[in-house]
Amino acid sequence: MRRRGALLRLHTALVFAFLYAPIAILVLFSFNETSQTAVWRGFTFEWYRKLLSDEIILGTVRNSLIVGAAATVIATVLGTLAALAMGRYRFRGEGLTRNLLYLPIIIPEIVVGAALVTFFGVAGLRLSLVTVVIAHVVFSISYVAIVVRARLSGFDRSLEEAALDLGARPVQTFFRVTLPLILPGVVAGALLVFTISIDDYVITSFVAGVGATTLPLQIYSMLKVGVTPEVNAVSTLLLATTVVLILFAQRLQQPPPERSEG
Amino acid sequence: MSADAGGGRSRAAYPLILPTWAVLGVFFLLPLCVLFVISFAQRGTYGGLKPIEDLGAYVLSGKFLSHYARSLHPIYLQIFWRSIWMAVVTTIVCLLVSYPVAYYVAIVAPPRRRNLLLGLVVIPFWTSFLIRTYAWMFILRTEGLANRLLMAAGLTSHPLELLYNDFSVLIGLVYGELPFMILPLYASLEKLDRSLLEASADLGAPARETFRRVTIPMTAPGIAAGIVLVFVPSLGQFIVSDLLGGAKTILAGNLVQNQFAVARNKPFGSAVAFELTAAVLLLLLGYAAYTRRRGEDVLL
Repeated sequence: MRRRGALLRLHTALVFAFLYAPIAILVLFSFNETSQTAVWRGFTFEWYRKLLSDEIILGTVRNSLIVGAAATVIATVLGTLAALAMGRYRFRGEGLTRNLLYLPIIIPEIVVGAALVTFFGVAGLRLSLVTVVIAHVVFSISYVAIVVRARLSGFDRSLEEAALDLGARPVQTFFRVTLPLILPGVVAGALLVFTISIDDYVITSFVAGVGATTLPLQIYSMLKVGVTPEVNAVSTLLLATTVVLILFAQRLQQPPPERSEG
Repeated sequence: MSADAGGGRSRAAYPLILPTWAVLGVFFLLPLCVLFVISFAQRGTYGGLKPIEDLGAYVLSGKFLSHYARSLHPIYLQIFWRSIWMAVVTTIVCLLVSYPVAYYVAIVAPPRRRNLLLGLVVIPFWTSFLIRTYAWMFILRTEGLANRLLMAAGLTSHPLELLYNDFSVLIGLVYGELPFMILPLYASLEKLDRSLLEASADLGAPARETFRRVTIPMTAPGIAAGIVLVFVPSLGQFIVSDLLGGAKTILAGNLVQNQFAVARNKPFGSAVAFELTAAVLLLLLGYAAYTRRRGEDVLL
């Protein structure tokens, strides 16, 4: 019994090493002094300094942030409303809505990208940052809806009823009672949207027009040309950003600690 | 599963759900329909579409199916076959590697460490697939770390071509998809009623029997969800095969991307995209039928 536990622990440790070692190596070599990248020559911030003075990369970072912010706001509002509708009410098309929300997650990204770029072409919409935002909203509403819906399932409706009984208007009740209670779910959903948005490559590569290059597109074209420490540095920055966002979202999604441990 | 108390249908839901319906209807369902229609059209001279003069004659000539017919050519069948094969191998490897990890985190590990371990799985789940794939490109390329280590250990005198083969693509796929298998397995193992395991042991079943007859059947929904979550993205994969497989290991995803970005044959690309979608949807229908029978859905 004990030996089996030890084996499982060893296996788990090895798998975590497999998951993290490549990332660690990538990060480590972003601080490497030489651009001959497989040999460690010494520590430097040189590549980060270079990044910060690279107008092209900074431009793509700006694009990514604009798209991420816009997509996050729109998808969070829509997804939260959808979750409220599904968590609160029975309505015609409820089952269909659930399936509709799963589809963007499930259909291969490459198909969604191809469909959107074709549609934009037919509709006469020029590819730009706007089309990128639209695409990102499409594939992230579902995540918000799912996360907020999960939060709603543990929701005590009597609090809202009390507010209404005490004479609060529905809008007041929403902003003073409902929203504060589901806020952790909403914020977690928003953080996830932002993360997925600033990370997305596949769909964005279809719908980003000239001048709408986002950071992942820039990274992709950089590493297609050649592996350099700058690619490692910019990847490290993107990784660090998403890890912080994810840890924060994780915390928010955790249920409040139970009073008694079972 | 279903909504809170209150019963009855309510009109109040519509203002909340309409915006989502509108956005997904216009920018998701409609584009998919457009793509579907275009898969029956013909390519024009400059990458656009050729106008159809006589729809009836076009349909009767059977030309509208030409792209689907073309996709059955052995060259493309081979690509599809390779995609399916790669996705199957990836799924099996992920399942075998992940189950013990999920089991350890959910059942064996001390409860106070559980959140930390779970966090360690969740981080790669959400971080950039592109960058995680690049990490392997960085390690496996000719001047990369793997080759330096192999040479330092005296295992080879000259750098090996570790990238751009089926093996490097498989490493990338397994690496990328692993968290998507561990999480659903964890979710179902965590729900597993441990008294069942104890009962089985008390009744004299050896650990192996308990595992085979109790643990695995009880966590089957997690296994099914993990298989879906790994197999589906692997099938439509395009980053991993592009970066780690080079031009030699083309998968269905690369074929679609290529028709849109390079070959400019959107109708053919659309046809392949729909075949891909159909395969995925078939798989999901199977999954849905399975969860309905089990009455348990770990996936979403």
